[in-house]
Amino acid sequence: MNLEFSAQVAARGFDVSLSIAQGETVAVLGPNGAGKSTFLTVLAGLLRPDSGRAVLGDRVLFELGAGGRGRWLPPHERGVSMLAQDALLFPHLSALENVAFGPQSRGVSRAEARSRATAWLERVGVSELATRGPAQLSGGQAQRVAVARALASDPELLLLDEPLAALDVSAAPAVRRMLRDVLADRTALIVTHDILDAFTLADRVVVLEAGRVVDLGPTRDVLDRPRTPFAAGLAALNLLTGTVAAPGVVRADSPVAPGEAALLLRARFVDDLTAGDRAAVCIRPSAVTVSVTPTTDAAPTGPGDPERTVLPVTITDLEPRGDLVRVRAGDVAADAPPGRVADLDLAPGVRVWFGVTAADAVAYRL
Amino acid sequence: MTRPIASGRRRDRAYAGVPGWVMGVAAVGAAFVLLPLVAMVTRVNWAEFVPLVTSESSLDALGLSLRTSLTATALCVLLGVPMAVVLARTEFWGQRILRSLVLLPLVLPPVVGGIALLYTFGRRGLLGQGFEALGVTIAFSTTAVVLAQTFVALPFLVLSLEGALRTVGTRYEAVGATLGARPTTVLRRITLPLVVPALLSGAVLSFARALGEFGATLAFAGSLQGVTRTLPLEIYLQRETDPDAAVALSLVLVVVAVVVVAAAHQAGRSGGARLRGSS
Repeated sequence: MNLEFSAQVAARGFDVSLSIAQGETVAVLGPNGAGKSTFLTVLAGLLRPDSGRAVLGDRVLFELGAGGRGRWLPPHERGVSMLAQDALLFPHLSALENVAFGPQSRGVSRAEARSRATAWLERVGVSELATRGPAQLSGGQAQRVAVARALASDPELLLLDEPLAALDVSAAPAVRRMLRDVLADRTALIVTHDILDAFTLADRVVVLEAGRVVDLGPTRDVLDRPRTPFAAGLAALNLLTGTVAAPGVVRADSPVAPGEAALLLRARFVDDLTAGDRAAVCIRPSAVTVSVTPTTDAAPTGPGDPERTVLPVTITDLEPRGDLVRVRAGDVAADAPPGRVADLDLAPGVRVWFGVTAADAVAYRL
Repeated sequence: MTRPIASGRRRDRAYAGVPGWVMGVAAVGAAFVLLPLVAMVTRVNWAEFVPLVTSESSLDALGLSLRTSLTATALCVLLGVPMAVVLARTEFWGQRILRSLVLLPLVLPPVVGGIALLYTFGRRGLLGQGFEALGVTIAFSTTAVVLAQTFVALPFLVLSLEGALRTVGTRYEAVGATLGARPTTVLRRITLPLVVPALLSGAVLSFARALGEFGATLAFAGSLQGVTRTLPLEIYLQRETDPDAAVALSLVLVVVAVVVVAAAHQAGRSGGARLRGSS
């Protein structure tokens, strides 16, 4: 079922419009308090918006005027299932009875509901746990049962609120794979903080900030070519914004670190941009080199090497990341091997030069 | 031998840090509650005990008490569950005041409650006149006993159930609704099963309060043997004429009360264990 959604909740500063096509999975990203949960609870019918309109297939979920008057379907008539971070299995029912609850509530006979529940438990890979109580299930098992329960009620729209966040790292990958299988061809919205969830499960992502949509597009576009600091941070990319100064050169809006001069970035333009256009420049931290002396062939903002930009910065933070160390200087970061960090004697407060080639600095329209 | 703390009796002696004088005062308090019971037991005429508690008037009173208290408990559950659900789950103007008023019988002297009931259901009462016109007299009947007991016992059930409903929260109910369950289905299959322990202990408390009811019953129902003279009224009456009978019947009430408290405790524990999934 395709979804047309638009709603305003004044008390939470929420104002979002979004369309989802039949069978599409959309990831909802955003910092805490951005309105992601509000979005889901309004769709599920657990929160009544002040105004707005939502249509799922040919069913009007709500149609509320400015005064809050109009049509509003209660949750049980919407065909919208919600899966939360905690499995929230009914503690007094067995796994099978939990899954059978939805079909039974919709008037299916007890025997038929149980056989559907058995089929769903099998589909999510926990058929042997049917008779167990929720307290006897591990986190991953409980979440699988919760997925089966949400899908057994045959929802037209599935809402997932950080479904993997409460699972330990060993359980999450298998549940993520299972979700990818069951979400194929399903209309679904998934709130997540995990970029892997977005890439694995979603066709498109929508980025919310302060109750508004700030970015929207196919997952790879939004996360490989971020337009907001939040999306860039989630994708662990450096994002600088500015104005095109000349072909291949972007003048950054602000210095990369406090106290530095604004600089000219040499970049590879992937969009057709002309002088004066707004542009974003995205750089992978692993493509940024660190040195303790400005390289001889490049003055920071001068003519120098046309293929290279050198940024004078002061280190603010060092953070180990796997086999590399992320060297942060204000808004930009470089990844360096621990040996090099030790050789250069890097520490917060040390002045260094970050270098990046134009090929690694991707500029696109903002 | 060491055991995990959760597995019942605690074997290791963790430092509690309770001052000695607090223990002393607590011991005085416990003695204050238990000593009168001991004193009463010492005065029981054991030789005459069985004839005393099986006399016709005693059996009438005991039977009436059990019948009316059970009926009152059923009424409390019937009326109290919806009241607790509304108080715990909805918000409306004046709700706080309504809650205080509904729980008023808890703090009201029972005899005042009895008089209030008399002016409601009595022959000249607010609703009583209507019942009278239909040929139904409520005051000074067994029905009046049940109404008086329900009046004083209802707040116990509402209070314990409302607290449990708030503790359980609405998250399971929300999940149930998004799975397509109508509000009645959610109430029957999710909300109530989750608060069964509180419902049981609330019902047991209501039963105990109904069984001990005296003031409201006397004011509203009077004291007719076999009709409205419940065990507490019988004890009060016997105290004047036959103190041995009063003491023997009191002991019966004490035993019933102890059984009831133990049952409530058990209900709370097994219910809690069931919810934790050890069923």
